[in-house]
Amino acid sequence: MSLRAGVIVFPGSNCDRDLAVALRGAGADVTMIWHKDSSLPSGLDLVAVPGGFSFGDYLRCGAIAARSPVMRAVSDFAHAGGHVLGVCNGFQVLIEAGLLPGALMRNAGLRFVCAPAALEVATTDSPFTRDFRKGETVTFPIAHHDGNYIADPTTLARLEGDDRVAFRYAVNPNGSADSIAGILSANRRVLGLMPHPERAADPAHGGTDGIRFFAGLAALTAPAGA
Amino acid sequence: MKARVHVTLKPGVLDPQGEAVRHALGSLGFDGVGEVRIGKVIEVELDGADPAAAEGRVREMCEKLLANTVIENYAVEIS
Repeated sequence: MSLRAGVIVFPGSNCDRDLAVALRGAGADVTMIWHKDSSLPSGLDLVAVPGGFSFGDYLRCGAIAARSPVMRAVSDFAHAGGHVLGVCNGFQVLIEAGLLPGALMRNAGLRFVCAPAALEVATTDSPFTRDFRKGETVTFPIAHHDGNYIADPTTLARLEGDDRVAFRYAVNPNGSADSIAGILSANRRVLGLMPHPERAADPAHGGTDGIRFFAGLAALTAPAGA
Repeated sequence: MKARVHVTLKPGVLDPQGEAVRHALGSLGFDGVGEVRIGKVIEVELDGADPAAAEGRVREMCEKLLANTVIENYAVEIS
């Protein structure tokens, strides 16, 4: 049975279709979900929160989107053990929604950074990264102004100690603590990352490491009770 | 009634924008400038006449949306 994925669409999302194309390329059955929907289609295996500039980045990146009706449903889905992926602005939204710890601040260099980023796969103990080798380097593009990950020392130590850092930058582009590019929730089923695997999912993109990422996701099975 | 909310970064949270402004002030010739921190002021018009109740509501707004309490502090003035 193919993966059933939902991609959330906010006003200002601009990577929603790219994410859908990448998921469909991996064989997923994809439904687009508008932010005003207060429930998710039943039987989803994965909810993906896309990149972009939801609500114009007003107040704080992801802050308004995180309080939209659909995010309450996404939060319930995550708490019931559902798999959730947040890319770039989607990562900011998941943090603002309290599904992942820490905060994403303005890049330390103050510039919007748009470039391919070499990443170390820091753990393979997650449904998102199990098809990679620990420590291997993959390249996904980054394109953000606010990707400087910070958290208090206790949280950073917990992320490290519980093996919840999924990806790290080989060269830190934005000042992120411990070069963190992506983190997992405590149950390892929610992943937020600033780099865009969906922008490295076709030979025409200039990189194909994202194909492996989405192929791995396609192997997700429906979580118990969903 | 009007509430004025000041949202500021918590002490110890690096403020890259404040740092850039500090450098720019230095290059304009302003010496003796120490740390610069950038925050936000949010003005909210409110119905009702009870300042204490209004402050309570605005504090709840801060906790739920106006501030990210992971990295920001807030202060509320009612006038």
